[in-house]
Amino acid sequence: MPILIKGARVIDPGHLDDIRDVLISKGRIEAVQPVGTLAAEGDGVREIEARGLWLTPGLVDMHVHFREPGQEYKETILSGAQAAVAGGFTAVCTMPNTKPVNDDETVTAMILSKAAQAGLVRVFPVAAISKGLKGEQLCEFGELKAAGAVGVSDDGNPVINGQLMRRALEYASGFGLRVISHCEDRGLADGGVMNEGPRATRMGLAGIPNACESVMVMRDIALSKATGVPVHIAHVSTAESVSAIRRAKADGIAATAETAPHYFTLTDEAVEGYNTHAKMNPPLRSEADRQAIRDGLADGTLDAIATDHAPHSVMEKEVEFDRAANGIIGLETSLALGLQLVRDGVLDITTLIERMACAPARIMGFECGVRPGLVADLTLIDPLKEWTVDSRNLKSKSRNTPFDGWRLMGRAVMTMVDGQIAYQIV
Amino acid sequence: MALAKKDILDLASLSTEEIQLILDTAENMREISERPIKKVPTLRGRTVILFFYEPSTRTKLSFDIAAKRLSADSLSISTAMSSLVKGETLLDTARNLEAMKPDVVVLRHAYSGAPHFLARHLKAAVINAGDGTHGHPTQGLLDMLTIRQHKGKLDGLHVAIIGDIAHSRVARSNCEGLTKMGARVVLAGPPTMMPKGIESLGVTVAKSVDSAIEGADVIMMLRIQKERQKSFLMSTEREYARCFGLNAQRVARADKDVVIMHPGPINRGVEIAPDVADGPYSLILDQVTNGVAVRMALLYLVSGGSRNADTD
Repeated sequence: MPILIKGARVIDPGHLDDIRDVLISKGRIEAVQPVGTLAAEGDGVREIEARGLWLTPGLVDMHVHFREPGQEYKETILSGAQAAVAGGFTAVCTMPNTKPVNDDETVTAMILSKAAQAGLVRVFPVAAISKGLKGEQLCEFGELKAAGAVGVSDDGNPVINGQLMRRALEYASGFGLRVISHCEDRGLADGGVMNEGPRATRMGLAGIPNACESVMVMRDIALSKATGVPVHIAHVSTAESVSAIRRAKADGIAATAETAPHYFTLTDEAVEGYNTHAKMNPPLRSEADRQAIRDGLADGTLDAIATDHAPHSVMEKEVEFDRAANGIIGLETSLALGLQLVRDGVLDITTLIERMACAPARIMGFECGVRPGLVADLTLIDPLKEWTVDSRNLKSKSRNTPFDGWRLMGRAVMTMVDGQIAYQIV
Repeated sequence: MALAKKDILDLASLSTEEIQLILDTAENMREISERPIKKVPTLRGRTVILFFYEPSTRTKLSFDIAAKRLSADSLSISTAMSSLVKGETLLDTARNLEAMKPDVVVLRHAYSGAPHFLARHLKAAVINAGDGTHGHPTQGLLDMLTIRQHKGKLDGLHVAIIGDIAHSRVARSNCEGLTKMGARVVLAGPPTMMPKGIESLGVTVAKSVDSAIEGADVIMMLRIQKERQKSFLMSTEREYARCFGLNAQRVARADKDVVIMHPGPINRGVEIAPDVADGPYSLILDQVTNGVAVRMALLYLVSGGSRNADTD
């Protein structure tokens, strides 16, 4: 049945920001018209009253970890998909560090078949750069692409060998796969578990310096320039990385980058009390870094907001800080934390939607927009809805969020994928 | 007066009054160890578990003696015999300990923050007997007791701490405790072993060992671990001894009444020359004696302090 979304403020970055009625039919956007000008075609149309709400292109999270196959007790593709649509996301890119690793077309195919069964959200697998994420042998990019992979990354592990990274960029370009780089110099990390600085020193925790990330960002920018192939930098956390990417873009190098809500929201202060829900890699940084990340999002140095949604069970988190797994879940809090940037005056709403939907879509090669003829992947947002994060009530299977108990404003009230309502708050 | 918190996790969370109380109580406890019958009934019927996830001889023995001199029932678990080797998590171990109703749990652990974790899950008082590179509050207290005993005060003293500050929980606890009690703490060591932002503890970092020691009332040397060569923190022990070790020439730069301390175990000939370790200004063994007194005081205070005063 066609759906008519009535009276929402349609925010389509670069195209439209106005009150419109939007008609959806057969999985596509049929019409975007001034209010009241679309004649309701009898009983055959389901009408959704959306005055006061914002209708945006479906949000895209280009960096999530769904733990299937292998660690289904943390997250399955189904539970991850449920979390995604509850957070307003219509598409996600899943990182390859599953068990087994997504370094083989059969794993890619399995992920896509599970995603099809779940049927809620578009799942785009990112496959591994190297077999087993070991940094030794290139994966079969051609077969992975044919099986449905959209990009390659050894996420979780850095590509230590510069030659492997160079060849990965070159080889991937021939298949149209996006290369995503987890930038970390493991020698500099040296077993560190939080941001290096006064707090780590006082707490007696081994620190990870900012240079651990930025030296690799700089290397990958140099390799992108040398090869002429775009590189995408994952989860940027430091001021130095932001400056390096800003310079690269000014020099015309085809680098893109993402950051995560926790890097523009929190600092390493959140680790106080040995809080394992504030442990991730890269670690939460200083206030100066947090500001630099916000500036990078504002001026477009950082193209995209991605959550790095990394579910872990209490078994990995209710342990000594050094032993705790890295990562937090993020799909269901990302939009509200992004909207806080708008209220803080860091971004305008159009730019936020650009960072959370259009830019990641463009980087990964998906269509994005609220325009007739496009696929009806849409998010309806109530910008004023106040809610309290209760980790027990999240759709994700895991509870590892540092935002538990936070009072947030704004959330997705309806998520539409392929013209179907995948999530709706009644 | 009693302690405000149930646990002793670090010195940063103790007030100067509380540190004063602990040191004064330890002062009284020291006498018990001088008696022919070294036992008082104060903690009769209390159970103290010594939970050592990391090898330790001195600290464990010191706590054990302290508990026994106060008539507490003390028993120890070490890594080799604990369920950890069978894969039990610290949380499960904590729950099992809790079920056995101990009064005090003394924890030594290789990971920073492990005592904080245990304290959140236990009704029993938790005493940190050294956690990772975070803290060793009982060592800090016994060092302060030793200094106070010999100098009559802590306020205004110049204390030089020399060595691998980055990996030393003893250094952190001493920085926290001594600055709180009004001492001026100066650190020195190889720049590779000086952790970022240590000045935030209210201490200063000297350019060289010699300048840190200049006029010092107290010199505290830290143990250097040979494994540090692997993470490129030092070149050789030989060079370490020459450039950062304490020898008689260096001692001569300090105040004429300087005292020399070391948390042990010492590497003779590396961070400290043998003649210095055994010299007249060395308090290394006084530290060990005071360790028992401080731990007696803490066991007593965390068990309810003056409410159960029964030291006679």
